Amino acid sequence: MKPYASWKYVVLVLALVFGVLYSAPNIYGDDPSVQITMESGDPLPADFADIVARALESQKLVPISSGVEDSHWVVRLANTDAQLQASEQLKRELGRGYIVALNSASKTPAWLRAIGAKPMNLGLDLRGGVHFLLEVDIDEVNKKAVQRIITDVPAFLRKENVRYTGRREANGAAVLEFADAATLEEARKLVARNFPEYSLAVPANNPNQLQISLSQQEAKRIVDFAVQQNLTTLRSRVNQLGVAEPLVQRQGVNRIVVQLPGVQDTTRVKELLGATATLEYRAVDESDAYSAAASGITPAGTELFYTREDRRPVLLKREIIAGGDNLVDASATVDEQGGPAVSVVLDGPAAKRMYAFTEKNVGKPMAVLFKEREVVTNYNAQGVAMREHRDVEEIISIASIRGVFGKRFQTTGLSSKEAHDLALLLKAGALAAPVEIVEERTVGPSLGADNIRRGIAAAVLGMALVGLFMVVYYRVFGLFAVAAVLLNTVLVAAILSLLQATLTMPGIAGIVLHLGIAIDANVLIYERIREELRNGMKPHAAIEAGYDRAFLTIADANITVLIATMTLFALGAGPIKGFAITLAIGIVCSQFTAIVGSRALAQLFFAKRPLKDVPVW
Amino acid sequence: MKIFANVPNINFMAQRKTGLWASGVLTLVAIALIAFHGLNFGIDFTGGVLVEVSYPQQVELEEVRSELGEAGYHNAMVQHFGSNSSLLIRLPPARDASTAEVSSRVLEALHAQEKGIELRRIEFVGPQVGEELFNDGGLALLVAFIGIAVYIMFRFEWKFSVGAVAAVIHDVIMVLGFLALFDIEFDITTLAAILALMGYSNNETIVIFDRVRENLRDERRMEVLDVVNLSVNQTLLRSIITHVSTSLVLIALLALGGATVHSFSSALLVGVIVATYSSIYISTNLAVALGVSREDLLPPQDKELDEMP
Repeated sequence: MKPYASWKYVVLVLALVFGVLYSAPNIYGDDPSVQITMESGDPLPADFADIVARALESQKLVPISSGVEDSHWVVRLANTDAQLQASEQLKRELGRGYIVALNSASKTPAWLRAIGAKPMNLGLDLRGGVHFLLEVDIDEVNKKAVQRIITDVPAFLRKENVRYTGRREANGAAVLEFADAATLEEARKLVARNFPEYSLAVPANNPNQLQISLSQQEAKRIVDFAVQQNLTTLRSRVNQLGVAEPLVQRQGVNRIVVQLPGVQDTTRVKELLGATATLEYRAVDESDAYSAAASGITPAGTELFYTREDRRPVLLKREIIAGGDNLVDASATVDEQGGPAVSVVLDGPAAKRMYAFTEKNVGKPMAVLFKEREVVTNYNAQGVAMREHRDVEEIISIASIRGVFGKRFQTTGLSSKEAHDLALLLKAGALAAPVEIVEERTVGPSLGADNIRRGIAAAVLGMALVGLFMVVYYRVFGLFAVAAVLLNTVLVAAILSLLQATLTMPGIAGIVLHLGIAIDANVLIYERIREELRNGMKPHAAIEAGYDRAFLTIADANITVLIATMTLFALGAGPIKGFAITLAIGIVCSQFTAIVGSRALAQLFFAKRPLKDVPVW
Repeated sequence: MKIFANVPNINFMAQRKTGLWASGVLTLVAIALIAFHGLNFGIDFTGGVLVEVSYPQQVELEEVRSELGEAGYHNAMVQHFGSNSSLLIRLPPARDASTAEVSSRVLEALHAQEKGIELRRIEFVGPQVGEELFNDGGLALLVAFIGIAVYIMFRFEWKFSVGAVAAVIHDVIMVLGFLALFDIEFDITTLAAILALMGYSNNETIVIFDRVRENLRDERRMEVLDVVNLSVNQTLLRSIITHVSTSLVLIALLALGGATVHSFSSALLVGVIVATYSSIYISTNLAVALGVSREDLLPPQDKELDEMP
């Protein structure tokens, strides 16, 4: 037998060391922990260690450790009871400005973390939590943009003294009408120069009509902007929830994925994510609202709304003194009577308007209008989805202006939960466009733990059965095969950990399946060795021929499977991607472990020994 | 273990016409099953709501059904899941209410009756998402077929490409037929099983093709049909052993992996049997039927040598 190149042994040993080191973090398990970050993203204060230590001491809690890990402050605790207690206490002590979240911190020792070894991410189906897929309503974004054209362009033309005879919206475009073609041409030139982002067209059958729509790039830019802005808003809403390791990510053109590990109360999360609630402060018009409600005719400059409490009609002036956009800060609080309230801080211009208004109107009523827009998908008799908007607009409080105020004041008339949620929503900012939940997946923590336990049990049993079969059938070569497959599994785990891939239940099923399939490369080799022996080859030569000849077959088979897997990775949806990447890594590793790994073992074992027969059966 | 001391010598190709006919008929039956009986698509594809809860004690399905009926969900499908104290509740895509809220309301209705229930999981999938998964999955399968065909054409020959892709399609259809026949739920995990099966099936085929190529080069005097027979026999043991080891892990997964991977493991258990068969009677058989010849596979310089007087 030719000696086996020593560099191959070196590579093998290196692979083994790499595999063991980087897969190791997965077996250490987790400590229950509390994770603290500044809401603003600023660094923590210098004496933070003392603050945390004092808070824990007051509850007689002794942490396992407390310090900065991966840019968060992490307090590790002995058990989940202590974890809950610590989290409650820290929330009380630290107060606003901090995000205190329950988490689990890996027990991976520091020296492993220092070389970048981390455990795999567990998918929500394994650790429990909620997953939402939100769809941004693009139609609404476009409609708003067209509305803007209809107000901006005519205003511009008026300023330029170009007269138009009519304006309206048709088929997602703004249509302006002109008295004659010459005026239209003049308008067209002006608009083209000043609004390069719009595309203009004159229909052949109506030369006095100018159709103004968004250019393709502009339409794309507007959607992008709306989705980005929603992403920012959702991120800050999610941060307010106090969840460790939340994920808020854009997916495709108009979808946003939100994943919140460990969260169970989906109802509340759903309300907060989808809500577009905002407040408007408006003056009350004191003419007869009841007759306006009965006749449907409202006095000029007013709108009709109803109060939340007793559905009483009230006329409000159209002019908005301050709206949700003007809010700098909002927080839930209690008023002088101890009722729930939202304390609001306005920005400069709105504070000025508020000051001017209250100065002139002391003793007169001012109303707070609560506005919320929901997107609801209904289905008609044919089962076709119909998207509808449901607007909630109600007056939550009317109060007489008791004194002059500007920047800072309180709003009452809400339940305490509403006050809390509204403060959160106002602070996180409004959504640029309504969103709808198109997918929800919630997994309870017990199911997650069950899934992990079952996955491991199945993997162990599978490995044991295959190992037994191999050893009975191929004897010492069976041991080589088992060693090769074990190394393969360790390498797959190490690479998945290094890539920080997310392990899900289909992923575990993929790994278990791979245990069975990875044996194939070894089987190909051993059957080949047997065949060469039957054909009268000498034992050592047969072993070598077996490995050499099987190499191409294994490579061909693996490459075709790899092509299929990579296609699925490129085109498949989320969970399929994870499964495909697991299989692909497994295939590449098995090419290496079966050919280099098991061959090196065979060399070590048989090269120096005189052989009468190969113990391959 | 010397189960087979010698290479078996079974004349597989003697039944090649019967094999092709039988496969054709079975495939048509499977297609008919899929078309008329239909696949039991999970909510990943259809959209809808699925709620899994566990009760502290045994729970009667009828009671839960009537509770849900009172809450207005008359079309809820309720079944035990894994044990008598666990329930799986399914609702089709809602027709008259906001769908995202349904899961919350179902939970409320259950909580009203029994306080001790524990939420295991909720899944809500909007119909538009399901449809996309369907289309994306289909496209991915199609591109994968083309990729495989091109690679095999490049490494072997177009006749082999046709055989290999036909075998993969056959295996996928047969497993879908099996899933339809037994009403096994087709969800995203089952889709993953189908994808894994494509890989497995393809692997089986390539191993035989590779041997056919090698033997065509080495055994110059043998007829093509005999070469194919020899190759199938030579690789038969390997097929069986790989089949057994894969089945062993699948059985482990079926026994211990829990209900979420039931459809995955049962689809693959059937799939690997079909794949072993089709690698012989479809891919290899079809390549032969299309007229694979020795010249197709010889390296060019060999041809030149042969032509010399």
